[in-house]
Amino acid sequence: MSRIKTFNLPDLGEGLTEGEILAWLVKVGDTIELNQPIVEVETAKAAVEIPAKWAGQVQAIHHPEGTTVEVGTPIIAIDTDPGAGPLDAPSTTATPSGDLPTPSAASLAAVEVAPAEGMIEPGLIGGAAPGGRTAVLVGYGPRTTAAKRRPRKGAVPAQAVTAPAAPAGVDQGVVVGDKTVATPTVPAPQVHDRRGEAVASRGATGGVLAKPPVRKLAKDLGVDLATLTGSGPLGSITREDVQQAASGASVVVAEPIVATTAPSFGADREQRIPVKGVRKLTAENMSRSAFTAPHVTEFLTVDVTRAMKALDRLRGRREWRDVRVSPLLLVAKAVLLAVQRHPMVNSTWAGDEIVVKEYVNLGIAAATERGLIVPNVKDAGRLSLRELADALTDLVQTAKSGRTSPAAMSGGTLTITNVGVFGVDTGTPILPPGESAILAFGAVREMPWVHKGKVKVRQVTTLGLSFDHRIIDGELGSKFLRDIGDFLTDPEAALLAWT
Amino acid sequence: MAKGDPGGTTRSRRAAPRSRKGAAGDPALVQLLTPEGERIDSATGPDGTEYRVDFTDEEYRGLYRDLVLVRKLDAEATALQRQGELGLWASLLGQEAAQVGSGRALRTQDMAFPTYREHGVLYCRGIDPIMPLGLFRGVDQGGWDPNEFKFNMYTIVIGAQTLHATGYAMGITIDGKTGTDDGEAAIAYFGDGATSQGDVNEAFVWASVFNAPLVFFCQNNQYAISEPLERQTRVPLYQRAAGFGFPGVRVDGNDVLATYAVTRTALDNARLGQGPSLIEAYTYRMGAHTTSDDPTRYRIASEVEAWQAKDPIARVKAFLEKQQIADAGFFAEVDEQARRESVHLRERVLEMPDPEPVTMFDNVYPNGSPLLDEQRAKFSRYMESFEGSAH
Repeated sequence: MSRIKTFNLPDLGEGLTEGEILAWLVKVGDTIELNQPIVEVETAKAAVEIPAKWAGQVQAIHHPEGTTVEVGTPIIAIDTDPGAGPLDAPSTTATPSGDLPTPSAASLAAVEVAPAEGMIEPGLIGGAAPGGRTAVLVGYGPRTTAAKRRPRKGAVPAQAVTAPAAPAGVDQGVVVGDKTVATPTVPAPQVHDRRGEAVASRGATGGVLAKPPVRKLAKDLGVDLATLTGSGPLGSITREDVQQAASGASVVVAEPIVATTAPSFGADREQRIPVKGVRKLTAENMSRSAFTAPHVTEFLTVDVTRAMKALDRLRGRREWRDVRVSPLLLVAKAVLLAVQRHPMVNSTWAGDEIVVKEYVNLGIAAATERGLIVPNVKDAGRLSLRELADALTDLVQTAKSGRTSPAAMSGGTLTITNVGVFGVDTGTPILPPGESAILAFGAVREMPWVHKGKVKVRQVTTLGLSFDHRIIDGELGSKFLRDIGDFLTDPEAALLAWT
Repeated sequence: MAKGDPGGTTRSRRAAPRSRKGAAGDPALVQLLTPEGERIDSATGPDGTEYRVDFTDEEYRGLYRDLVLVRKLDAEATALQRQGELGLWASLLGQEAAQVGSGRALRTQDMAFPTYREHGVLYCRGIDPIMPLGLFRGVDQGGWDPNEFKFNMYTIVIGAQTLHATGYAMGITIDGKTGTDDGEAAIAYFGDGATSQGDVNEAFVWASVFNAPLVFFCQNNQYAISEPLERQTRVPLYQRAAGFGFPGVRVDGNDVLATYAVTRTALDNARLGQGPSLIEAYTYRMGAHTTSDDPTRYRIASEVEAWQAKDPIARVKAFLEKQQIADAGFFAEVDEQARRESVHLRERVLEMPDPEPVTMFDNVYPNGSPLLDEQRAKFSRYMESFEGSAH
């Protein structure tokens, strides 16, 4: 046994991978006793003093204070017999456990490294899990340090222990013992498990591969697993295989999995979709707005029969023949006119001041394949009705084709969300961040309505206005909504009265 | 929140005068040896029970030796964990008196159900102290034979052992082994945090209505990992017993004499067929919850210092010195024995062999199973597929 013993940083707290050297309590040349505190180390869990494992003289300190050291790294060397004269040669062998048997030099030389993360079958413990996670059952997460493992008999180099991935879609057999095991042709590189030996162990035992819940299902349905050919990774039998067998359908091996945009549910009947892009942005914006701006929502149901008739007359005019005229156009006009009468609604809460804008960048919420986006018509208040109609048409078409520029989506001051196109009556919209009012425009329906003292069938819609109560009081919000409603009830009269 | 005064509820502690000391100022706390080493002849429990002890000098010295050895071996285990030789260790530092006092009160026939921190009770049961180290080193499933030593396996699940103990104690009654001076009893150890567990409350109910010969021994060390006592209870824990229909008593858990007296009485009541009782040993965990814990993150140094003044070993030493029961030579001899035994323990831990992986199949069923045999065979073949495999 060597005189010089090297102490490696141990795992101080159940699965930690590293620690920071806070302070050395000894220095080179110091004579130390057994269990004398030698170093203070901080891990993710605790700052602790490490007691000396051996009595002797400090020979070397390998890491200065402030460095972060991986578990298993030598941190100090101790001469356990300093009175015995000068050293012959510095010792280099060191194991974390000191006196415990040391692995043979041959096995050390052939140490395997842990398989790369992607080499583990997704869904297995240690393998890739949905959402970019690594699947673990319990504990402190996947190990990030290299694993040391004895090599397998048969002298296959570590990197080649695992079978090469079959090219996508190409069937390939692996001869194991006296059996030929069909490897799956699923277009994925994971034809080996975390140890890279599942094919071999399967061949050796002759068992079938199936996860316990699948075995349970097969037992419940009376399906003999041995009669099935698996379509899962490594030829394992999947839940679908069992269900197909139970329903009398033949299981087709090696059929490529067809990619589909429909949700693909795992065995737990859940699908995990990464939050990114428009969805992530929408979520952030909505959360931010919902929990910073105090929202108030008011509703108004109005008879829009006259407005619909006015739209029809507009469509009939020669100069409007090629223009797309929709109820949204009238609602947009109503909003713009109402803003002129109540400029405070077109404003931004800026902490210690309120910024009221003369210009109206009118946002239109649009459902697209990418998700919800809210492009806006810049300075919409200055546009004529015809210009506004063209701008709205252009905005909607650009959004649907997915070509909306970031500039078109920024700087909005007030927004309309046209939920009526989905056939619903109204909603309580959430303000886009930085805006103080948003109008939900519901479906226009034929409803029984009291008109001139009699119940008649009229075209009716419900408006829902959410506003930021920090800026807009109930009175202002109500007047603004009322004016929009008045315009939509009788556009001609409103135009004459207001402009 | 002042934690330094073992008595009363959270509220009354705040209002309590700081000059109060020992049992004189706190009738609820049974104490026979003050932190200064003053002997109190007898103390009265909340139900009027008189508690006293009458030890010989030799027995006093023996208790001191137990306390010192238990602390030293525990410290060695903590050091071994820091040196990478144990995966984890739950230190008993500060709770030596509660464990030695209750452990020494047990008779040979009494059965104990520990948590994972009862190294002191284990020592008193005559079990080799290396046994739990094998468990925490990960080379052993537990070590000792619970029936041989009348000391169950360490239970990691918080509070679960109180139900095991209740069932065992009900069995004692069914076997007709209670009702005499030499009857049997059981004792269940748990902590203040465990009193918030359903298991413990269920055990209280069952033990009570079946009049089980069981002592519930709660070491209130003030913290459920990082949660302080005031997050566990609004009444002193021992008072909870009244609601379940059995007596409860709070004892100074840093007083080995009082703990011994209270536990012995409770066990004797149980063995005579008078049913269960709850002992709240009021103590303090001087160290971390386990080696994975950092107590400086949730408690202040002045609180720890206040409890250091109530150290369970220092007061016994002061008493032995004052009464001239022991001299410097004795203390030096005990220290030397503790050092020797801890070094011996260390050497044996370092020599503990790693078990053959295949032994994990050994103790699953008492009589084996065909499925398990098949798994063992498969696993053996798998292990043999490695280079350098010995089998």
